[in-house]
Amino acid sequence: MDKINVVEVNNLVKHFDIKSGFFSSTTKVVKAVDNISFHIGKGESLGLVGQSGCGKTTTARLMTLLEEKTSGDITYYDKKTKVLTSLDALEKEDIQNFRSQVQMIFQDPYESLNPRWSIMSIITEPLNIHNLGSADDRIEAAINILTTVGLTPANNYLDRFPHELSGGQRQRVSIARALIMKPAFVICDEPTSMLDVSIRISIMDLMLDLGRDLGVSYLYITHDLAVARYMCDRIAVMFNGKILEISETEELLNNPIHPYTKRLLSSIPVPDPTYKRVKYHLDFKEINEIIKSSEGTDMIEVNKGHFISTKDFSNELI
Amino acid sequence: MSDNLLEVKNLYMNYETLEGKVAAVQDVSFSISKGQSFGLVGESGCGKTSVAMSLLKLQADNGFIDSGSIFIDGTDIVPLEEKELRSIRWNKISIVFQGAMNAWNPVIKVGEQIREALREHYPENTKHINYNKMVSLFNMVGLDDSVLNRYPHELSGGMKQRAIIALALSCDPKLIIADEPTTALDVVIQDQILNELKKIQENLGLGVLYISHDISVIAEMTDNMAVMYAGRIIEKGPTKDLFANPKHSYTKLLLESTPSVVGEKKKLYSLDGKPPSLMDEIQGCSFSPRCPNPTNDCKNGLIEMGLIETENGHWVDKCCVNCG
Repeated sequence: MDKINVVEVNNLVKHFDIKSGFFSSTTKVVKAVDNISFHIGKGESLGLVGQSGCGKTTTARLMTLLEEKTSGDITYYDKKTKVLTSLDALEKEDIQNFRSQVQMIFQDPYESLNPRWSIMSIITEPLNIHNLGSADDRIEAAINILTTVGLTPANNYLDRFPHELSGGQRQRVSIARALIMKPAFVICDEPTSMLDVSIRISIMDLMLDLGRDLGVSYLYITHDLAVARYMCDRIAVMFNGKILEISETEELLNNPIHPYTKRLLSSIPVPDPTYKRVKYHLDFKEINEIIKSSEGTDMIEVNKGHFISTKDFSNELI
Repeated sequence: MSDNLLEVKNLYMNYETLEGKVAAVQDVSFSISKGQSFGLVGESGCGKTSVAMSLLKLQADNGFIDSGSIFIDGTDIVPLEEKELRSIRWNKISIVFQGAMNAWNPVIKVGEQIREALREHYPENTKHINYNKMVSLFNMVGLDDSVLNRYPHELSGGMKQRAIIALALSCDPKLIIADEPTTALDVVIQDQILNELKKIQENLGLGVLYISHDISVIAEMTDNMAVMYAGRIIEKGPTKDLFANPKHSYTKLLLESTPSVVGEKKKLYSLDGKPPSLMDEIQGCSFSPRCPNPTNDCKNGLIEMGLIETENGHWVDKCCVNCG
């Protein structure tokens, strides 16, 4: 596979000011995203894993320009000019173009679809916004994409409303809405956590197949490493706004270095009653050795493509 | 058997709706003895929570127990009146509701809400005794006693869930129903709470009924388990046996659809189709439309549903034993 990066994020920072008092003086700064960097290749899916409140969703919102960053740089591969373009450099019209190439799938299919809109209007909304094709083209595109996501016969679904669909079908509609623009990059924010076990796998398989067929790259946000293992080529572990460890999926699971990753791994229940999970106690000995030899860089490569943060977390991790 | 804390026999429960009867629980039987844990798994809408609610007779107003019996510590609660039930609820059996962390009253302090339950059940206790009791409960679930004086919005999700468990333990029940106790929590907190529950169960010798759609949680937490599908138990037995040697195709598919971080990366299989409507009368096996390899008898609905014992303590639905 050619080594084109679809997205590069460099030293991204987002601080939220907590204001209080009569004159709204800033009393506290929450570092929701604190100097993170990563890249995602074409057709690759990167998992962003961490506990709730660690800044996963904020990262996604920054990357889709739903939130304004404090500092840092986000660059996307521009299909037209074929170069990586920083979002800061975009003009107003270009931002519209950028939005067509980056789409998002949200966690809750019950809340992310407008209940008063038919499936047809929900799916063709992006086409209307970007003013693509004639009315007939849009209907055709909608039918095609519904067929692709497995809602067949598509004609039966066009005039329905979200409340007539099950959770799994709704999430398929969300996926269809995201993919109708033929995006290069899709951000998925826990897309299967609200779904039932039996349909979860079919939605994940659908996303994997579409990723392969259409060459879409994913940023897959989840708190469940087991799900991330199934979905992602690489995994980044996030904690308190920072990325602690990033590596190929199997390498991360078989050879975790950071104490936090180890703890996260050891707290996942295993579907095997004979398996005895060992409770992991935080141990900073190994990581401190590595930090010592890091010579001041932010991330250090311990294995090929396996990076860990050199920041000392022993105070924050208890 | 008299050492069973809970014994459910052939329970049938229906919801009366404008469109007709919904047979939410059909022919469900299981038992939990002292200090044991029992798991109930199945996809949403299969009747897990309906079973839990029936055990306390807290089902919705349109839900009626048609037949069957529920013995809690030797007493059948099905014929009991509301007044008599009050002495059983919370004293003998209590429940951690699904999404219970959102069940706190937001304008009353957490401690006050627990004290309310204690006052109701132990009217003779002094304030001081109640306070000490609450402190020991909170320590048991790993909370600081200062939390008693806080309002629910001041607590994190995990703390609220711990406090709910303390509330469920407040009247020394012998049996606790945990209905999706950790579903809204992230993995690290889930792990802590499950550990806490396990410890409490061992220390107090409680019987626990776990209800979850997460088969990994059931695998770790329970001694025995049952798989529910469309209102019926289709397989039950010791958890280890069920995982090592699943007999019903639905159980097999459930196991194959669960991702794991341990072992080789496996291809996972999804379960296509959706469960049948519980409104309609189902002829024969309710799983046959989704069954990967049904026999002709099964497809034509010729085999009545019902459990048979294949091995010691391992029960499977008749139909699927034949399908293989």
